[in-house]
Amino acid sequence: MQKNNLKKVIVRVCIGTGGLAAGGKEVIDAFKKEISDRCIDIDLDFTCHYQKVGCRGFCARDVLVDVVDGDKSLTYQCIKPEMAARIVDEHLIGGKPVKEWLIDDTYYAFHAKQKKILLKDCGTIDPEDINAYIDVGGYSGIKKVLSEMNPEDVISEIKASGLRGRGGAGFPTGLKWEICRKTPGDTKYIICNADEGDPGAFMDRSIIEGNPHSVIEGMMIAGYAVGSDHGYVYIRAEYPFAVERLRLAISQAHERGYLGKNIFGSNFGFDIKVKLGAGAFVCGEETALIASIEGQRGMPRAKPPFPVHHGLWGKPTVINNVETLSNIPYIIRNGAQWYASIGTEKSKGTKVFALTGKVKNTGLIEVPMGITLREIIYDIGGGIIGDREFKAVQTGGPSGGCIPAEMLDIPVDYESLAQVGSIVGSGGMVVLDETDCMVNIARFFLEFTQAESCGKCVPCRIGTKRLLEILDRITKGLGREGDIELLQKLSSDIKAASLCGLGQTAPNPVLSTIRYFREEYEAHIRDKKCPAKVCRDLLTYYIIEEFCKGCGACLRACPSGAITGEKKKLHKINPDICIKCGACFEVCKFKAVGRE
Amino acid sequence: MFKVTIDGKTIEVQEGTTVLDAAKMLDIPIPTLCHHPKLTPFGGCRLCIVEIKGIPRPVTSCTTPVSDGMEVTTSNPYIEDLRKTVLELILSDHPNDCMVCEKAGDCTLQELAYFYGIRENRFEGERRIYTKRDGNPFIERDLEKCIMCGRCVKVCDEVEGVGAIDFGYRGFSSKICTPFGKDLNCEFCGQCVAVCPTGALTGKMWKQKGRQKDIKEIETTCPYCGCGCSLTLHVRRNEVIKITSREDTLNEGWLCVKGRFSYSFINSPDRLTKPLIRIAPKDQSNPPLPPFVKGGRGGINNSLLVTRYSSLFREASWDEAVDYIAKRLKTLKDKYGPDAIAGLSSARCTNEENYLFQKFMRAGIGTNNIDHCARY
Ligand SMILES: Cc1cc2nc3c(=O)[nH]c(=O)nc-3n(C[C@H](O)[C@H](O)[C@H](O)COP(=O)(O)O)c2cc1C
Ligand code: SF4
Ligand code: SF4
Ligand code: SF4
Repeated sequence: MQKNNLKKVIVRVCIGTGGLAAGGKEVIDAFKKEISDRCIDIDLDFTCHYQKVGCRGFCARDVLVDVVDGDKSLTYQCIKPEMAARIVDEHLIGGKPVKEWLIDDTYYAFHAKQKKILLKDCGTIDPEDINAYIDVGGYSGIKKVLSEMNPEDVISEIKASGLRGRGGAGFPTGLKWEICRKTPGDTKYIICNADEGDPGAFMDRSIIEGNPHSVIEGMMIAGYAVGSDHGYVYIRAEYPFAVERLRLAISQAHERGYLGKNIFGSNFGFDIKVKLGAGAFVCGEETALIASIEGQRGMPRAKPPFPVHHGLWGKPTVINNVETLSNIPYIIRNGAQWYASIGTEKSKGTKVFALTGKVKNTGLIEVPMGITLREIIYDIGGGIIGDREFKAVQTGGPSGGCIPAEMLDIPVDYESLAQVGSIVGSGGMVVLDETDCMVNIARFFLEFTQAESCGKCVPCRIGTKRLLEILDRITKGLGREGDIELLQKLSSDIKAASLCGLGQTAPNPVLSTIRYFREEYEAHIRDKKCPAKVCRDLLTYYIIEEFCKGCGACLRACPSGAITGEKKKLHKINPDICIKCGACFEVCKFKAVGRE
Repeated sequence: MFKVTIDGKTIEVQEGTTVLDAAKMLDIPIPTLCHHPKLTPFGGCRLCIVEIKGIPRPVTSCTTPVSDGMEVTTSNPYIEDLRKTVLELILSDHPNDCMVCEKAGDCTLQELAYFYGIRENRFEGERRIYTKRDGNPFIERDLEKCIMCGRCVKVCDEVEGVGAIDFGYRGFSSKICTPFGKDLNCEFCGQCVAVCPTGALTGKMWKQKGRQKDIKEIETTCPYCGCGCSLTLHVRRNEVIKITSREDTLNEGWLCVKGRFSYSFINSPDRLTKPLIRIAPKDQSNPPLPPFVKGGRGGINNSLLVTRYSSLFREASWDEAVDYIAKRLKTLKDKYGPDAIAGLSSARCTNEENYLFQKFMRAGIGTNNIDHCARY
């Protein structure tokens, strides 16, 4: 009973958004209660802390709980509040870990090929405590910059690191800072783009929720390098939790004197304002974002002039993505050489991806640039759910494209993905298998971009609507000969004639699915068949004679009365009445209902 | 000065000139819909795209400033093809009812469709349908015809300083909105109507009054105030059916609600065209005034007027009326002194007229009792 004497035991509970959704808060409360109950009862002689940390990435196994006992750390997965008591009893008090709840090999495989720079601290420190960040070296970057480096040194350090923007376009960050620094002007601004509007993306949110101080420090260093004393974080209001943490972090930094005037006794001062966005995808586009901060409707404008010359309130402005800025302190602390040693020749460092779709292990991953798609999907992701066949991976969200199985071995970097018709983008990665219809996938993304178009320019506002209509009719079996060519023509015209990145990339999902899965489009249009059996209007349901036992389950399930048949005799589906809901397919125990 | 070559022709222009303006100086036509020379560039319609050597993608000439040595191509099969796609897309979401459209014959969209020979449309599809009619008294807002060029929004903000309308919603459903979607309630200066390139904004009182070809345009000066804005009266069969103003005038084509829309008095039967002299003595006269009857022209039922006033006044010639006034003023002045008389002038008069009037009061009548709705 006394063997834990004087040792410090720490229980860490993941409360990123994924962790919270899985019940992280309840798990904390359970641990708190169990620990305090026991402490009173048994009067143990060890200190036990529970600690909140940000997202650990492996959302499929939430809630994750670490028990750190001295230098030994064990991790539990899929923890529910009611499991807390047993862990406290057997592990914390008894010293015997609850084996069957510990993480398994998959968990290790999930982490083996990752390279964690940003997410490392994200999952281990308490994001609501500035000291936790300072303990792992936080704010030493800005200290170093202010005491040892002049702004030009900082810029050349960032340039040497090879860091490129993580917001989508991959523009070299050091170069952006340099141009802004050289633009004359007394007032300059640093904007952190935390709008993160891509469906399914949550990299930026996790970083702000898990390690907000790294973003603040990154912005300060950017401010020093560029000659700006004022920063804005433009963050969507749908991220209330991230906003709260960010505000807390900013106020803590203020209390410490890390933000404000004469930081660390230098002449440099910096302050940060938080601006909430109303959740328009297009407000992630830099000129629209600036308009939005200025209080206007978030509509992009033509570039040039670029924000580095003419940005917020007409002043030179650097806009960087959350992940880009979060990399900065680590580069300054560990040196450009170190950062440049990770990745490929033209794409340096690591990239955070939101791995979702039909892979076994979904979650947030951080990988070195240049890793292959196969490694991500099979080693980290653990392969396809149900060991079905991999079909394609969609990268870059609505601006990206689908990459087919033949190309699984290409490295993940800016150039390689662009070459095959997709993009790295902000880091969405959706894995598709044989049960996904590519026409339908294209339609899904077009539905999104169409609804999010700002409406300013014709090709995007009306053109994407027409693309969507054509895709819609193809999935409904009303496709016509020539539709594929029309889609391609309209897509390339929209790309060429649109004003901003949204319209210029919106047709990418259409073009890349046609490029690699043309036969699927043809099957929809010519044969009126959906090979993946997704498009409802193209399916026909029928009963397979040799399997039907005449049990009548389908007949009872059919909401439209399309099925007839006597007990113990072969049943039949009348295709004219069938509404293709699939109820019979679901209920038949003998797999006697077929569809094609 | 920057040297720029457009379609092989070279010109020197000031720094900051846009490619579109430089092309205009060279008399090279570039189609536009959202551009307006008096408003900040928008770059939304995408028709003015051109190719610039060294820039990989086509750019809009209205937003791109020239740089030294720039080489521009304004037209080639690729660009014209893109323009055609854009026009087809616009027309695929347009009522295309030019037969009955107020703007036909004077519509930029119609003209472009004509020049690009657009008959079939590859992109036919859903069209925006708005059934609600704006209940304001002056401006017909037929938003199904709106091409979202943003000119109205900008003129209202940048020229009029009112900001009564703005973009709302997103994607295909984006449209020009009034606050809370209520009926337009603004200055009604009609600047937005003047700049709208399509039939989306027209004057309510123009409806079915006549096509441009039947119209005689007469230049005149607005009688309403001392600003003296230039007006172009659109006259058909001796009736003013619309008023506009040209951009090359002192007022640069901008007008106010009175100048643009308040012309129904011209042909109103209520309008006094001859002087009237009172015939009935004042004290015993005035029968109680009948209440204004709504619905007649100018808001007053005409038949009532005739019967009421014909017993009180008689028509006179200008000479007789002026003589009469002079005589009466003199009598009053002799009897009560000049300070018994006061003069009130109007901002509608020109400076010259107002000067003359105060001179008349001071030197002619001999009083300083002279004022003006905007003060002397
Ligand atoms: C339609 C559209 C949406 C965008 N959304 C985002 C976003 O959500 N977050 C982001 O960081 N960048 C977004 N961008 C990219 C930004 O315009 C900008 O390039 C980026 O913030 C620059 O930062 P970086 O150099 O650090 O990547 C978007 C661009 C477009 C065209
Ligand atoms: S491309 Fe789309 S989002 Fe971008 S400015 Fe044009 S309409 Fe707006
Ligand atoms: S009438 Fe004048 S004030 Fe009213 S919306 Fe048009 S431009 Fe604006
Ligand atoms: S109403 Fe007319 S001026 Fe206004 S956006 Fe529409 S087409 Fe342009």
